[in-house]
Amino acid sequence: MTRYIGIRVLLALAVAWAAYTVTFVILYLIPGDPVSAMAAGGMDGGTASAERLEALREQYGFNDPLPVQYATHLLAAVRGDFGVSVQTGQDVTTAIGQVLAPTAQLASAALVLALLLGGGLAVAASYTRSARLRDLLLSLPPVSVSLPTFWVGLLLIQLFSFQLGLFPAMGDDGIDALVLPALTLALPIGAMIAQVLARSLLEASGEPYVVTARAKGITRGAVHTGHVLRNALLPALTMVGLIAGNLLAGSVIVETVFARPGVGQLTVQAVTLQDLPVIQGVVVLGAVVFIAANLAVDLLLPLVDPRVRVGHSYA
Amino acid sequence: MNTPIPPRSLRRSRVAPLALLTGAALVLAGCSGSAGAGSANTDAAEAGEPVHGGTLRIAVGSDAGCIDPQQVGNNDSIYSTRQLVDSLTDQDPETGEIVPWLAEGWEINEDATEFTFTLQEGATFSNGDPVDAEAVAANLDRGIELGARASLITSYLEGYSGTEIIDDRTFTVTFDEPSAQFLQATSTHTLGILHPDSAAASDDERCTGVIGSGPFVLENYSPNEGSTFTAREDYDWGSSVWENTGAPYVDGIEFSIVPESGVRAGSLQSGQVDLIGNIAPQDAAQLTGVGAQLLDRTNPGIAMGLRLNHDHEFLSDPLVREAITRGIDREEIVDVTQVEGTPTATSVLSSTTPGYTDLSEALEGDDETVESLLAEAGFEQDSEGYWERDGKRLSFEILWFNVAASNSATVELIQQQLAGHGIEVTLQEGQVADWQNKLNEGDYDANLSNITRADPDILRSEYHTDLKNQSRLEASELDELLDAQASEGDEEARNEIVADAQRTIVENYRLVPVYDLTTVLAAGENVHGVHFDSGSRIHLSNTWIED
Repeated sequence: MTRYIGIRVLLALAVAWAAYTVTFVILYLIPGDPVSAMAAGGMDGGTASAERLEALREQYGFNDPLPVQYATHLLAAVRGDFGVSVQTGQDVTTAIGQVLAPTAQLASAALVLALLLGGGLAVAASYTRSARLRDLLLSLPPVSVSLPTFWVGLLLIQLFSFQLGLFPAMGDDGIDALVLPALTLALPIGAMIAQVLARSLLEASGEPYVVTARAKGITRGAVHTGHVLRNALLPALTMVGLIAGNLLAGSVIVETVFARPGVGQLTVQAVTLQDLPVIQGVVVLGAVVFIAANLAVDLLLPLVDPRVRVGHSYA
Repeated sequence: MNTPIPPRSLRRSRVAPLALLTGAALVLAGCSGSAGAGSANTDAAEAGEPVHGGTLRIAVGSDAGCIDPQQVGNNDSIYSTRQLVDSLTDQDPETGEIVPWLAEGWEINEDATEFTFTLQEGATFSNGDPVDAEAVAANLDRGIELGARASLITSYLEGYSGTEIIDDRTFTVTFDEPSAQFLQATSTHTLGILHPDSAAASDDERCTGVIGSGPFVLENYSPNEGSTFTAREDYDWGSSVWENTGAPYVDGIEFSIVPESGVRAGSLQSGQVDLIGNIAPQDAAQLTGVGAQLLDRTNPGIAMGLRLNHDHEFLSDPLVREAITRGIDREEIVDVTQVEGTPTATSVLSSTTPGYTDLSEALEGDDETVESLLAEAGFEQDSEGYWERDGKRLSFEILWFNVAASNSATVELIQQQLAGHGIEVTLQEGQVADWQNKLNEGDYDANLSNITRADPDILRSEYHTDLKNQSRLEASELDELLDAQASEGDEEARNEIVADAQRTIVENYRLVPVYDLTTVLAAGENVHGVHFDSGSRIHLSNTWIED
């Protein structure tokens, strides 16, 4: 077991390093740099002299050879120091820390909603005896997955905020402001959960132990939730990492549409202005969240399912 | 003539589908929405006596991550930071005349190198300290040291040698070289006066908050989220062109950053905000349909148009430049891509710039003019209808940026129109972070842009060959004209030189003017007294909300 955990942790670190390195290379290869972006400001600006820009580049270390820049930044990043934002001069760790709470709020609310909606739909679809209802229910997730998130967000705003006036269209002021963004983010993720869970539920309900349990006189409902659901959860559990990634990626769009502060909006701003330190920080954060989720799953799986061990199917 | 099929746009904006969908969402809203269709009413006077109180809620599209007026340059940020500071002077948006604000008077020496200002009495910063000569000197001395963010202030203070304090209220600003533009520069938000402590703080510290003497005081600023302001009850030194020079009518202002234009428009319609910036043309009709007011003012400065790289094989030929200029149908571009009321360009300067001269004759044209110009330049039409010379097709690339939603439509239309005349245009979308380098290094053929500045000296910044010279011009008599206007203290004499300079630029087709960029905001029907300054940015001291 110790060896299993050790391998998982090492792999996780390797993934974090790879994510950092790949972003670094991409960011430094694309043309332009944050100093000229800063000088550009709006289209009206941009009269800073070439010498001035050069001095600033020197100050931020953008003139050093690429390997030197990479080594300096990586060493600092290992110590948790991602430098300061070129745009605002704010410490990157602080800047991300400030917006972490609203995004965590949004993501957890969306996750709960997604589990309720997706799980409920999957259970209902696999439990019903009406083939027509099952087909109808099972056709909903693919539709939901294929709708663009920003469009869903705009429609929800249009209906529930602009027309009915039930929820605000922007900001992060209280629970009211959380409902629409969380729902927008939950829909595609709930659909994903529903698809996987429904398939494994249907599969599991055909297993011989179901017949045995029914023969012992246990009701259909009790077998479905007690035995079938428990067995069907395993494949769904492996999706946790994917869901975490989707929550983060979705927050970029949802936070922009709903004008909510958060990691997503910080990312958009940083990318537009090529604020390299901030982008690096956000990417590493994303990688860490993704890795942590997957690591948790990897560590949980052998506990839930004794068949999973190093050297066997999941090494 | 043989009309070639216009090439499909090579790189479509990724935002275009979003804009379309947003538009569609609003159309949906319109079908079932409010029945009260009122006409736009921008005249505050009709609404009766101003009402005191209330909070003005404003949504803008972006945030520069900085709340220091001396370090921001884009409209969305200026709307808020402008309210925090007063300037030495103001510029009458109607006449372009420089009028008193913090300074009650000034004198300029003959060659425009020495400016002596006298401050009005009684103005204080929001912490109670007086606005005195020392404070102004601290701002100017610090201004020239500001970093890359503050490119505007460094250009306004070019050649600044120092400020001599004569007494508490009198001081002389001195320049190494003539700087006639400085007087107008003192009216801008960029030279808004900060408390000496704010001025002394580091660039980055200043971005998180500053103390000024303006009608509003900063309460809170969260980058990318918004800011809140409270009105100063003891404010009593407003600009001489404002209707209300005393304390603001509203109690405070809330700015929110709402990136999606459709969400901004919907928030205004549903009464969640009172005023929104950066109206997309597709949202405009919808907004007026539900009774919102569209507030517009044409920006002064260099008109929106194609900056041309004179090192380019074809664009170096004056006949080609003239053919392109005359081949563009400005009316159609404005009709299709701009909010109603946007004027077509009639000079290198837009019509609201002081010293502007109408040169529209040099810009008009038809198929035959374009044909004869290109024939004269030695071009022949190939089998597809495109012009070519020595076997090379007449073709150039337009580099453009998605800073305004209409830019992609504008360049695509230009591409089509010129294709109709047998001139091939390719489009290249650039990133904001990258554009300045490309232009400075001459790494482009043509570039769609404008520059906002309510002083004709912007011509010198753009076209003098000793400066950035992004158009890659050769030194000519134009340089002399541009130098001459910079050192001419007399307004009338200066305007004559400026007219000559415009003529030299336009009649040599140094750029392709297209339209006069017009700032459009929308306000709820109960909002009155939004004041545009000479740079088409807003002052909110006179703004009030009807109950």
